[in-house]
Amino acid sequence: MSLDLPLIWAGLIATGVLLYVLLDGFDLGVGILFPFSRNKEDRDVMMNTVAPVWDGNETWLVLGGGGLLAAFPLAYSIVMPAFYLPVILMLAGLILRGVAFEFRFRGQRRGRPFWTAMFAFGSILAAFAQGLILGGFIQGIEVVDDRFAGGTFDWFTPYTLLVAAGLVCGYALLGAAWLMWKTADELHGDARRWAVISGVLTALFLVGVSLSTLVVHPVVAERWGWTGGGLDFGRFLPLAWIPLLGLIGLGLVGWGVRRASHGWPFVGAVLVFLSGYAGLAAGFFPYVAPYSVDFRAAAAPDNALALMLVGTVVILPLILAYTGWVYWVFRGKVTPEAGYH
Amino acid sequence: MALEYDALILSRLQFAFTVAFHILFPAFTIGLAAYLAVLEGLWLRTKREAYKTLYLFWVKVFAISFGMGVVSGIVLSYQFGTNWSEFIRLTGGVIGPLLAYEVLTAFFLEASFLGVMLFGWKKVGPRLHFLATCLVAIGTSISAFWILSANSWMQTPAGYEVLADGRIVATSFMEAIFNPSFPTRLAHMLIAAFLTTALVVGAASAFQLLRNRGQEESRLALKMAIGLIAVLAPVQVLVGHESGLVAKDHQPQKLAAIEAYWETDANHPLILFAIPDRATQSNHFELAIPGGGVLVAPADEVVTGLDAFAPEDQPPVFIVFWSFRVMVGLGVLMLGLGLWGAWLVWRKRFADDRLFLRFAVLMGPSGFVAVVAGWVVTEVGRQPWVVQGLVRTADAVSPVTAGSVATSLLIYVTVYAIVFVAGAIYVLRLLREGPVAGAAEPKPEGQRAPGTPLAAAPEDAPGDPS
Ligand code: HDD
Ligand code: HEM
Ligand code: HEM
Repeated sequence: MSLDLPLIWAGLIATGVLLYVLLDGFDLGVGILFPFSRNKEDRDVMMNTVAPVWDGNETWLVLGGGGLLAAFPLAYSIVMPAFYLPVILMLAGLILRGVAFEFRFRGQRRGRPFWTAMFAFGSILAAFAQGLILGGFIQGIEVVDDRFAGGTFDWFTPYTLLVAAGLVCGYALLGAAWLMWKTADELHGDARRWAVISGVLTALFLVGVSLSTLVVHPVVAERWGWTGGGLDFGRFLPLAWIPLLGLIGLGLVGWGVRRASHGWPFVGAVLVFLSGYAGLAAGFFPYVAPYSVDFRAAAAPDNALALMLVGTVVILPLILAYTGWVYWVFRGKVTPEAGYH
Repeated sequence: MALEYDALILSRLQFAFTVAFHILFPAFTIGLAAYLAVLEGLWLRTKREAYKTLYLFWVKVFAISFGMGVVSGIVLSYQFGTNWSEFIRLTGGVIGPLLAYEVLTAFFLEASFLGVMLFGWKKVGPRLHFLATCLVAIGTSISAFWILSANSWMQTPAGYEVLADGRIVATSFMEAIFNPSFPTRLAHMLIAAFLTTALVVGAASAFQLLRNRGQEESRLALKMAIGLIAVLAPVQVLVGHESGLVAKDHQPQKLAAIEAYWETDANHPLILFAIPDRATQSNHFELAIPGGGVLVAPADEVVTGLDAFAPEDQPPVFIVFWSFRVMVGLGVLMLGLGLWGAWLVWRKRFADDRLFLRFAVLMGPSGFVAVVAGWVVTEVGRQPWVVQGLVRTADAVSPVTAGSVATSLLIYVTVYAIVFVAGAIYVLRLLREGPVAGAAEPKPEGQRAPGTPLAAAPEDAPGDPS
């Protein structure tokens, strides 16, 4: 029996990154919404909805980066230098917001407002930088002789800025929906309003990004059946479920908000992200450093992939199980008195 | 060319800065997590309140330190790609799985159960909570296992093969993971982490005793710390000696730099003081014990000196030589602290001897200094290689511009300065307050049912920016 190890790993890493986007997405979203909250008590609650789980959520990012390094070292060594500055900005943002969880609570007269601001700033910066990286990915990376050969600011274009702004709104939508689920009273009402606004913005950005992708990148456009003049339905129809899923997701958010549902808007937001993610996959596959290096060329030696697969098959279900358990322990609405402090 | 050279120097500076910043936190959290597990276990068994008070106090310090450890670690794992992409391109097939296993077996464990440990006191039963603390502690040590294996492989590569295109792949992962310098390095680092924690706990407790506060808890904690230091400091000297023997066999240029031996010869002196100078290939102001080199090798054994290496293949001798002496000097002081403390404990006077208490306070930060000095010996002593004998540091750097690296370095320095100063203030503030019985008990969970209106909170006027 022989397994297609590179393919399996491409799937595993894609799943890891997706989980990261969904999980850290809502907790970055909570930070993005911080500036719109009413008072300190609301902010305490908002933070406490994610405080016990943010570290676990962010570990999926370490898995995404580490997994790419381990399974596709060539892709990792091309992609990271290509997005040097956005990666640094993302990390700086993640540092500032990560320490804010503890520091904001420890700070006094001056420290507290400062770390409140840093939690919001760091979250927005990290989300925006991730959007720049994503946009840069879709644009493609210049590679010569297996090495990044582009310029320092290749990732800085109107298109990537559009994607980045869209991602910030998307995360805000996830965050707002999460808060609707996890909070009560006035804050729940605020979250509902935020969900509506960020939902509408996310929808607009999705349309904007999709259309400009067709213009900016012919390779992707062709995959979707867009050949300059018209739409090739033979190509488009097999992919039609992707935008449809996004529409269903947005619809679910809207419906949930109107019905004053607590959980459904979050499900809807997740569907929106699934749709966006599937859309990307359809545009990229099989490239890991678009549009020149595919996942087979970039893969680590089979013995490395096999060694990791053995561990992953055993450990990943365990991780998912105890992560689920942790969410279960902290289930239910978060009240102002919660927290260990 | 000049441009590439600058990017290299800046990348090295940046990596040294960010990794030295990171290691401060693991050095403390590895030991502290284990200490917390012990405290909680003792409390569950004996129900003695002092253990619980200590636990609830140190867990706050832990939370701050751990958070800083996590965010600074994420920076490092991405830096392999941003700054050392060629290193990964060449060795990713060997190093990658080790790092991946670290994420799978350690990081998820730590991060997930940390939430339960910090916020779950009232949500799960005491036994489950204890289990969470233990899992976090185990996770930190597993993490050390993998990352030190990866680092040791870079020092003493084994179980590999170089392909025609220059990439390095593993022929045996068992040999790669358990490479020659790994066992001693893992032991030396874990002991260093436990010592660092014991020194901090000891110093904080001694400080409270000097101020006549929290007597019961502080006496208990100081006694535990003394016990650990008295046992581990001597062991650390022995393990360090073993590390030196490993270096002699596998990284002779490092040992020669540590001892500032320029000539390959038998009967080396033990050099106590010198200003090694690579320009003249000799030492200035040397102060040595003739024949003292027996510490690492029998007197008649020929020890490789720096003259066996072309000058451009020698590590920066001065830095290695002096960092080593800082580490060993502090190690000897720790030994002294442990012995003195043990004697005072035996005489039942350890909490009253003010001179001893002052010394203990002074030694509080020494673990951090020794750890960073030790790593500088290890890493600078490996230069000019990033993987000993296989990949040169100069060939490991990413194709990025000096401008980019200068920008990122500036960002890191700024962000770390802010984070470090704030973190230090918050930790020191906590340490000054000290453990206070009863006061540290977490408030019970709110009983309010969802949907009931909030009580107005007058002090939180809308617009309060905090
Ligand atoms: C001896 C131990 C040790 C050493 C040498 C290092 N680390 Fe570390 N690292 C830890 C021990 C540790 C730790 C104890 O597991 C953490 C968890 C929290 C902390 O304070 O340190 C940590 C956290 C941590 C994290 C965050 C994990 C999370 O999301 O929870 C990452 C990504 C790294 N490290 C990566 C690195 C890299 C790339 C290193 C080397 C260049 C490195 N660490 C050196
Ligand atoms: C955590 C404790 C560590 C400290 C304090 C430390 C310290 C340093 C220092 C001072 C340098 C710069 C050396 C020079 O350029 O002269 C360096 C370089 C480097 N270290 Fe470490 N190191 C640590 C652990 C590790 C680990 C665990 C790894 C890998 C798994 C690692 C990988 C590297 C790499 C890739 C470089 C850059 C290339 C080079 O300059 O050699 N280090 N480290
Ligand atoms: C007093 C006797 C000591 C001796 C003889 C000694 C020896 C050594 C040697 C030879 C190395 C380099 C190992 C290598 O590169 O292969 C080393 C590294 C190191 N030392 Fe020490 N050491 C001593 C004490 C200490 C103390 C007290 C601490 C901290 C509390 C410490 C922390 C470290 C660390 C963190 C490293 C880097 C990790 C490693 O390579 O093991 N050492 N030591």
